[in-house]
Amino acid sequence: MRLNRRALLLGTAGSLALPQLAPAQEAPGVTATEIRIGSTNALSGPASAYSVITKGLAAMFRRVNDQGGIAGRQINFIAYDDGYQPPRTLEQTRRLVEQDRVAFLFNQLGTPTNSAIHRYVNQRKIPHLFLATGADKWANPREYPWTIGWQPSYRTEAQIYAKYLLEQKPNTKLGLLYQNDDFGKDYVNGVRDVLGPRFDAMVKLASHEATDPTIDSQIVSLQAAGCDALICGIIPRFAAQAIRRVFDIGWKPMMFMTNVSVSVGTVMQPAGLEKGVGLLTSDYRKDQSDPAWADDPGMKEWRDFMRRYVPDGELGDNNYTYAYGVGSTMLQVLKQCGNDFSRENVMRQATNIAPMDIATLLPGVKVQSQPRNYNVIRQMQLQRWNGRAWERFGGVIEGANV
Amino acid sequence: MSATDRIALPLRRPATALAAWQRSALVLAGLAAALAPLWLLESFHLFQLTMAVIMALAVLGLNIVTGYNGQISLGHGAFFAVGAYATAILMSHLDWSFWATLPVSAVVCGLIGYGVGFPALRLGGLYLALTTFSLAVAVPQILKHKSIEGWTGGVQGLFLVKPDPPAFLPLTPDQWMYCMALIVSSVCFLLAWNLIRGRIGRALMATRDHPIAAEAMGMDIAALKTQAFAVSAMITGLAGSLSAVAVEYVAPDSFSFALSINLFVGMVVGGVASILGSLFGGLFVLFVPNIAEAISKAAPGVIYGVILIAFLFLLPDGFAGLLRRLAARLRRASP
Amino acid sequence: MDGLAHQIVAGIATGGIYAAVSLALVMIYQATHHVNFAQGEMATLSTFIAWSMIEAGIPYWVAFFATIAISFVIGAAVERLLMRPVQNAPVLTHVGVFIGLLLIVGNATGWIFGYTTKLFPTPFESDKPLLGGLVSAHELGSTAVTLAVLSLVYLFFRHTRLGLAMRAAAYNPRSARLVGIRVGWMLALGWGLAAAIGAVAGMMVAPVVFLDPTMMLGILLYAFAGALLGGIDNPSGAVIGGFAVGVLENLAGAYVVGTELKLTVALAIIIGVLVVKPSGLFGRVVMSRV
Repeated sequence: MRLNRRALLLGTAGSLALPQLAPAQEAPGVTATEIRIGSTNALSGPASAYSVITKGLAAMFRRVNDQGGIAGRQINFIAYDDGYQPPRTLEQTRRLVEQDRVAFLFNQLGTPTNSAIHRYVNQRKIPHLFLATGADKWANPREYPWTIGWQPSYRTEAQIYAKYLLEQKPNTKLGLLYQNDDFGKDYVNGVRDVLGPRFDAMVKLASHEATDPTIDSQIVSLQAAGCDALICGIIPRFAAQAIRRVFDIGWKPMMFMTNVSVSVGTVMQPAGLEKGVGLLTSDYRKDQSDPAWADDPGMKEWRDFMRRYVPDGELGDNNYTYAYGVGSTMLQVLKQCGNDFSRENVMRQATNIAPMDIATLLPGVKVQSQPRNYNVIRQMQLQRWNGRAWERFGGVIEGANV
Repeated sequence: MSATDRIALPLRRPATALAAWQRSALVLAGLAAALAPLWLLESFHLFQLTMAVIMALAVLGLNIVTGYNGQISLGHGAFFAVGAYATAILMSHLDWSFWATLPVSAVVCGLIGYGVGFPALRLGGLYLALTTFSLAVAVPQILKHKSIEGWTGGVQGLFLVKPDPPAFLPLTPDQWMYCMALIVSSVCFLLAWNLIRGRIGRALMATRDHPIAAEAMGMDIAALKTQAFAVSAMITGLAGSLSAVAVEYVAPDSFSFALSINLFVGMVVGGVASILGSLFGGLFVLFVPNIAEAISKAAPGVIYGVILIAFLFLLPDGFAGLLRRLAARLRRASP
Repeated sequence: MDGLAHQIVAGIATGGIYAAVSLALVMIYQATHHVNFAQGEMATLSTFIAWSMIEAGIPYWVAFFATIAISFVIGAAVERLLMRPVQNAPVLTHVGVFIGLLLIVGNATGWIFGYTTKLFPTPFESDKPLLGGLVSAHELGSTAVTLAVLSLVYLFFRHTRLGLAMRAAAYNPRSARLVGIRVGWMLALGWGLAAAIGAVAGMMVAPVVFLDPTMMLGILLYAFAGALLGGIDNPSGAVIGGFAVGVLENLAGAYVVGTELKLTVALAIIIGVLVVKPSGLFGRVVMSRV
């Protein structure tokens, strides 16, 4: 981080002192020796758990720079804190674009925060790449051609669960436990997409706030309503609570958990390994604490990277594998750019990625993009918890075609 | 002994008489200082300054009820949110012009502030602080409730567009936004100045410092306190309206309790019961987090906290306190 | 009806969490006449300290008491270093310092210990879930601990000279000083005790809600509500208030307004109570002299 900041200060000083020296044909944020990339994340405040993504990405770019950079240019990754507050995201993004003059924006965190700058970046035609949010509105090339997401949308994930559930239990009574924000609401929307008019009759909803200490009351309500299936769109701390509580009260619904909260180390172990037996999810990432990947070459590559570039990082935190995946995608785009780092070309390359494997993604799950399809990761695979590890079953699912 | 009794602040010192030419020179200098950034700053810095002016206005609102009237509010972000949503809803659903939404926003916030003022009458110091704080925490939850989702846009929020500058002014939208923030804020600051300098201001402060004596003197404390809440909410709500157009987006997450905390911090570092201090407070809450970040990317929140505490140690009565002391020294130096 | 009973039991279990933190809040109010907004964050930090010790192989109870001692020192140090310099400043400045403290401790915890959810062990292990799985042995045990702390606090304040001196120092510093009480040290002691009780609360809460840096964020708000409901100057009132808030919010969420407004309604009820009884259900009415 420190090296980065010095580079940032130098970069800023340079751009302030010599604004008109850059030749007109030169792309913004790109010089003969440097490419400037901007990002925002919650480095402070209650959402700062995600700040490790920025830490991981900065380390990845440091590795690239150690290896000689991209097309002879060093990457200057500038990330600012927005505290997960949309007005500050706008302020920091404008600082990146107008003052630091970055070439493009990469992996900014959050749905409301990115919403606040959605129009700004598209009006100014600044590539707004691979956002750290699973909302599905980022894949809208017709209205917002300069914005592209990365991970599979929560809504698609919920559709997969609903379809699988209908196959298994056509007359189910479904409980839907979700966090009352854009993340949780997407699970409601996805289930509604599949059930359509039957939604109200088949589904019992229970929401919770991020500030609630426990979700016991919600689980009791859903059980009392006679639900025999449960889909959860909740963050890890509540996921661990839910898995444990459902087991403890002897309720045995067919239970689906968002892939945000299925890490072995941070959810399954705290909840109790045996309490989650039978839990279903649909993931695209390898989980670093899953023994199944102990000898996997891709995960070895990641561990090697962590050991050398983030020695103080918490290995159980799956934001680091996320960062590795999205960072690898970004580097692929930069390599594809050749020697032309104009905003137009960066965007063209970001939307023309041929299907490729990434070290930290499940076998068969590809990263890809086309000018008409901005869903970069569109494949997932269902998996079931067997008490020790996640067992994948069925084929790789594309979109919501179970 | 309630907490309010212990806010021992000096009553405003008697205004030193300034000659008419001195006063107009001051006004002109202030005007020039306020308008100069229009040409001196590029658009990003102008945007930051606009946001700082908006925060200063919100802090001014808080200062009226907490600083001058001694009713501790940790929930003014709620009024800010209501003002922002009033403007956003009218502009994005009903295509109103920005200026037309201001009176509505002020009235709505004023009414809600008046309503909050009533339970506040019964709650002293700490109880009021915590009750208003819970209001700030509850607001995002209410904003995304499904019964009003059609109007508020739920968790997705609402988008709106900054008004274009009038055709006869050669300004960019960013410059015009700054002008609008300046106009609304100046009017509110002037009104607040007049309010505080006059009979009402003295009554507010008397209620704060010696409530029983004030009542014995025949002041209607209940009316004063609820009205102070209403005026305060109105001003903070107008700041919210400005922020909605400046950011061109409102969402429940923009108005978390962190906002209320920020306003409170702005008031304390600027100087409790000071109009000029509110201005400084607005600048502080906008720019100091960026300074903190420049010092450490790893934990900017920690640095911000350290700066805040250090500032309060050095200037326990805020920036305005420093000004007061400097002015006193100047007066002593030149008899 | 079964559902109703379950909701009440679940509410009491959650209420136990609030009660523990409410008690810590009341404690610091008794000793200093402040409400420390950073109390929750400080308790989380203490819990992380305990967690690190347990991870390092130190037995639970050793870590438990060591954490209480460390937290006591931290609390007293905070008073000495941060509150002392502003002791003569207006009360609003104190709130400003509390906010600064909240920012520092809250952000430092994640930075130091990481952000992932962690399992915090409980000393009250049992294999069989109780009452249909709604209450664990831990929840019973932690309620017992809360009540034990409450009795200790009561005995300390009512029946020891030190307790009396602390109450005097908080209630009327000037007179206390005149009768020879070292007011400054009493305040530091009060902060230390509050931090220690907060640490106990944190260690009792963490096994239920799981440990992460934001663990106390929501709990603190409900605990404030519980303390206000019971009366900020009454420890047993705060414990009852905490339980009442737990049950109330569950019933309101499950049967009245739906979970989306659970928090709002719980707060509305509390404000309603306060408007009728401004010093809380069991608080003392303070008369002011002219």
